[in-house]
Amino acid sequence: MVDVALQPNRSAAQAARKRSSLHRMLKRKSTVAFLMTLPLILLIATLVIYPAFYALHLATLNKSMERFVGLSNFEFLFRRETFWLVVKQSCIFAITAVIFKALLGFIIAHFVHNIPAKGQRKWRGMLLVPWVIPPAMSTLAWLWLFDPSYSAFNYTLSFFDIGPIPWTGDPMWARFSVILVNIWVGAPFFMIMYLAALKSVPEQLYEAAAIDGANWWQRIWYVTLPMMRNIIAITTLFSLIVTFANFDIVRILTAGGPLDHTHIFATWAFRIGIEGSDIPLGASVSLFMVPILAVAAIFILRDVNKRGNES
Amino acid sequence: MTTVTVDKATPTRKVKYGSMSRDRTWALRWSYFFLVIFAIFSLTPPIYMLITSLKSSAEISAATNPWWVFHPTLENYVGLLTSNQFLRFFWNSAIVSIFVVTITMLISVPAAFALARMRFWGSAVLATGVFLTYLIPETLLFIPLFKMFAVIGDWTGIQLINRWYVLLILYPTLTVPFCTWIMIGYFASIPKELDEAAIIDGASWIQTLTRIFIPVAFPGIIAATIFAFTVSWAQFLYPLVFTTSTDQLVMPVGIITSLIKGDVFNWGQIMTGALLGAAPPLIIYAFLMDYYIAGLTAGATKG
Repeated sequence: MVDVALQPNRSAAQAARKRSSLHRMLKRKSTVAFLMTLPLILLIATLVIYPAFYALHLATLNKSMERFVGLSNFEFLFRRETFWLVVKQSCIFAITAVIFKALLGFIIAHFVHNIPAKGQRKWRGMLLVPWVIPPAMSTLAWLWLFDPSYSAFNYTLSFFDIGPIPWTGDPMWARFSVILVNIWVGAPFFMIMYLAALKSVPEQLYEAAAIDGANWWQRIWYVTLPMMRNIIAITTLFSLIVTFANFDIVRILTAGGPLDHTHIFATWAFRIGIEGSDIPLGASVSLFMVPILAVAAIFILRDVNKRGNES
Repeated sequence: MTTVTVDKATPTRKVKYGSMSRDRTWALRWSYFFLVIFAIFSLTPPIYMLITSLKSSAEISAATNPWWVFHPTLENYVGLLTSNQFLRFFWNSAIVSIFVVTITMLISVPAAFALARMRFWGSAVLATGVFLTYLIPETLLFIPLFKMFAVIGDWTGIQLINRWYVLLILYPTLTVPFCTWIMIGYFASIPKELDEAAIIDGASWIQTLTRIFIPVAFPGIIAATIFAFTVSWAQFLYPLVFTTSTDQLVMPVGIITSLIKGDVFNWGQIMTGALLGAAPPLIIYAFLMDYYIAGLTAGATKG
């Protein structure tokens, strides 16, 4: 043991007593527990909490990071039109994508739940593939599907006399494409969560509802949705955070273009902070994600705790 | 409305009336019909990757039917798998992922055990903190982290930026909170009698963890491992920001920066690279689907 090696002159009995007391201390539950969580605490403190506050500090510096400039980075942002464009686009992007992901996930989960249990595994397996592929890789496939001159979609649509559609060239279509890819990636997650929730709704409730003469819509509205409310809330809020902070899809598909019309906070912060080497301004941009993330996080925490107490 | 027909018979499946069972058949048919549509939507991009990867560049630029391969060739695969650069990306990705998975499990399993079983001062707050950390996206932290590592490089001379091993420090911030969180759930579901019996038999806390909790919660450990691997394999932002030299890049960034040269897109090779990059998570998913889904749903539902 370490303490013995450090004190070779002490008498053996003393050493033994000392060792046993240290030993006891080390064996104490709280000490062991603390040592077990220490790496986790260090990791969170140095690589999550510290950088978060460091970002606040960085946001108050000038471009060369030598001088304290207070809030002038924020003032500068507020005066820029692009900033408000980014705010608007981030909100449109996150809200539209989350709504459609939730709707689509709900519908698909119902269909999967509807078919015989034997085949469900196979369908679930196929429908979850978009979630499994790394988003950076699958977005490349979408980029190729949207290619201006060789687009496979436009090729197909040309048989119906539609198009050619400028998938990533026109601001509106580019926004549509970015949201579409996001829905494609994210809907399977909702599907899996809702499917798990649907399976946990007791069959008796539907039987009781059927006896009371509830129609299809009433059964969903008065039985399914209330039973799934918590899981719907958690999943939606969680997805809102992830979607709002999305980077991969927008970066690869449009890189913010055409003319900044698809930039969202993360991609714009990257453009300014890393590509444009204006770290303080980039940090200020990314800090604007904090309020909405914090609100969503508080609600998630409340729901998760509520769930914990129920069980 | 189509959806109305679909779900009409769902809840009454136990009732065996003649008309009901006919409704049920129709509901099934509609379900399958829509599932096929959704499956096509889901699988179009990966299948299109595969189609394009089998085409030669001549066939791609000839703009024939994009959904069909007229002259299948493996030249893209041969080209990539014999290129040292691409193999380097693959190797870097594999090394980073394996190390990150190991680091993650070494940190999160003991921590989860302590948080789930050994109440100590602040343990409840810490558990909540872990969950909150999981909600902090990487897009919020990459700029301060970049500056932090640059400053560390200036002060100590330890060069971290543009070295692949910087990712070993960064990725655990994404994987550890979630893995700890789902392991807390799995550990908490183990009956208290088990570890009490072990303690009475004279086992230390460490022994209780390694001899009892880890074997019993093994499915959870597999789910957490899969999650850590997929996240570190798929991560795009951190390598894009922190590594730039071609020999330090990992797969996703490597494919995008090296195969896209200016405005020249070599689509055959890009799609082949994307498919090879998507292969490891897909293979794991194909074999361990149930663990994958268990991990996915455990995150929000809490065990």
